[in-house]
Amino acid sequence: MTQIQLTAASTPRGHYGFSQVARMEWAKLRSLRSTTWILLILAAGMIGLAILLLSQYPSNWAHMTAAERASFDPTETGFVGLALGQLAVGVLGVLTITSEYSSGMIRATLSAVPRRGMLLTAKAVVTGALMLAAGEVLAFGAFLAGQAVLAAPAPHATLGQPGVLRAVLLAGAYLWLIGLIGLGLGTVIRHTAGAIGTLVGVVFVLPLITLAMPDSIQHTATQFFPEAIAENSLTAVKPVAYSLTPWAGLGMLGLYAAALLVIGGWLLARRDA
Amino acid sequence: MIEVSGLTKRYGSLEAVHDLSFEVLPGSVTGFLGANGSGKSTTMRMIMGLDFPSAGQARIGGRAYRDLRWPLREVGALLETRAFHPGRRAEQHLLALAASNGIPRRRVSEVLGMVGLADAARRRAGKFSLGMAQRLGIASALLGDPGVLILDEPVNGLDPEGIRWIRTLLRSLAAEGRTIFVSSHLISEMALTADRLIVIGQGRLLAQTTVAELSARAPSLEEAFFFLTAGSAEYITGEARTS
Repeated sequence: MTQIQLTAASTPRGHYGFSQVARMEWAKLRSLRSTTWILLILAAGMIGLAILLLSQYPSNWAHMTAAERASFDPTETGFVGLALGQLAVGVLGVLTITSEYSSGMIRATLSAVPRRGMLLTAKAVVTGALMLAAGEVLAFGAFLAGQAVLAAPAPHATLGQPGVLRAVLLAGAYLWLIGLIGLGLGTVIRHTAGAIGTLVGVVFVLPLITLAMPDSIQHTATQFFPEAIAENSLTAVKPVAYSLTPWAGLGMLGLYAAALLVIGGWLLARRDA
Repeated sequence: MIEVSGLTKRYGSLEAVHDLSFEVLPGSVTGFLGANGSGKSTTMRMIMGLDFPSAGQARIGGRAYRDLRWPLREVGALLETRAFHPGRRAEQHLLALAASNGIPRRRVSEVLGMVGLADAARRRAGKFSLGMAQRLGIASALLGDPGVLILDEPVNGLDPEGIRWIRTLLRSLAAEGRTIFVSSHLISEMALTADRLIVIGQGRLLAQTTVAELSARAPSLEEAFFFLTAGSAEYITGEARTS
C-alpha cells in the first residue's frame, strides 16, 4: 500500500468550473441502471402505445361518426404515449437529485463541488440534454411508427403537412420540460417518494379535481395543466377550443420548470446537506 | 491547516455546537475526541461547508470550504460510511468524483489499490460490507491526494488488520506534512493514532492538547478523558439543561 503522490505541478491552475461539474454529472447519470431502464420504458411507451392505438383506426374507421372523423387528429392521437412517457422522464428528473439524498452521495458530491448553484445548473444541463435528445428521437420514432400503421381508409399525417413538424418537435420538448420539472420538484422536496407523488399529483390528479368544478373555471384552469398543454397545445395540429397556442403552451411549461429550478436552487444553497 | 473560530450550530432551541474555536496543524494527526452526540460530526460537516453554522466560521488554508479552488485536491473527507449510490460500481463512483476536480483516471485505480479494493473495483458498492464501504470512503478521501484529511470515525467497521492499516496510513500521511483530523469516541484508538487532541463535550471545547500532556494528568488517557467530560456534564446539568 504505497502512497503515490501527485506532484504539486500536476495540480492545474485556476479552479474547477462548469465543464468539470458537467462531466461528473454525465458520469453519474450513465453509470446508473435506472437511467437505462427509464429510457427503455420511455421508448416502449412512446412508440408502443402509438402503434397500439393508431393500428385500431383503419378497421374502426367505418364505424366512426362523421364528427369523430372530422375531429380525428392523427398527429396528436399518435402521441398517446406521452401519458406514460411524461411519468418516466419526470421520474428520471426526480431521481437525478433525490437518489443523492437517499444514498448519502449528496455529501460526496457537495464536498467535490461546494458551489451548489453550479451543481444544480450542471444537473439541469446534462440530464436535460439527455432528456431532450431522447425526447426528440422518440417523438420522431413514435410519429413515424404510428403513421405507418394508419392505413386507408383512415387518414395519416406527414411531416410536410402544416403544423405537423412543429407538433413532433414540441412533443419531444414536452418530455424535456417535464423532466426538468421533475428535477426541480426533487430539489425542493429531496425525497424520492414525495417528489414522485407530487409529480403524479400535478400531472394526473389536478386535472381530475377541476372536473368537479363549473365549466368556466374548468376551461380556464385546464389549459394551464401540463398534460392539457401537451394534448391541446403542443401536439395538436387541428386547433382545440379552450387551449393555449403551441408556443404559449411551451412558454408556460418552461416557466414552471424554471420557477421550480430557481426555488430548488435557492433552497439547495441555504439548507444543510 | 484548519482554523475554527466561534463555530456555533443551533437546531431550534438545541445548541449542538457552542462557540467552538481550535486549530488543526499540519504534520500531525489531530484526534477529535468526544462522546457520541457531543457535536463532532456536526463540527466536521460545518468545516466541509455541508452544514451552515449559526455563528462563527471554519477555514481551510485560509479559505472557507466553498471557496476552495480544487476541493478534492485540497481536502479529502470521510464523513459517513455510505456516501455513495449503491447501484454504482466502486470504480464508477470514484471516476465521477475524479471528473469533478480534473483528477486523472489512473488515480482511481491507484487509490483502489491503496485501500485494497482493486479486485472489487467493478462490484456494485451497495453490495459492500461495512469494512469495504469504509475503505471505499477512504479511497474517495485520498482521490485528490489532498493536503488536508477530515475523517469521521474512520475505523468504524474495520477489522483489526484494517484498523492497524489506517493507523499506519494516517501516521505516514501526517509525516509527509499533511493535516490529519480524525474523530473518534474510542480513546484507546486515539492514544495510538493521534499526536494532538481536541476534546469536546456537549458541543463545547474541553481541551486542546497533546496526547502526552493529557495522559500525564491521570493514570491513563482514558481516565483523563473521563475527568474532562465529567466536568462538562456537570456544567451542562448545572447551568444549561433547560431545553
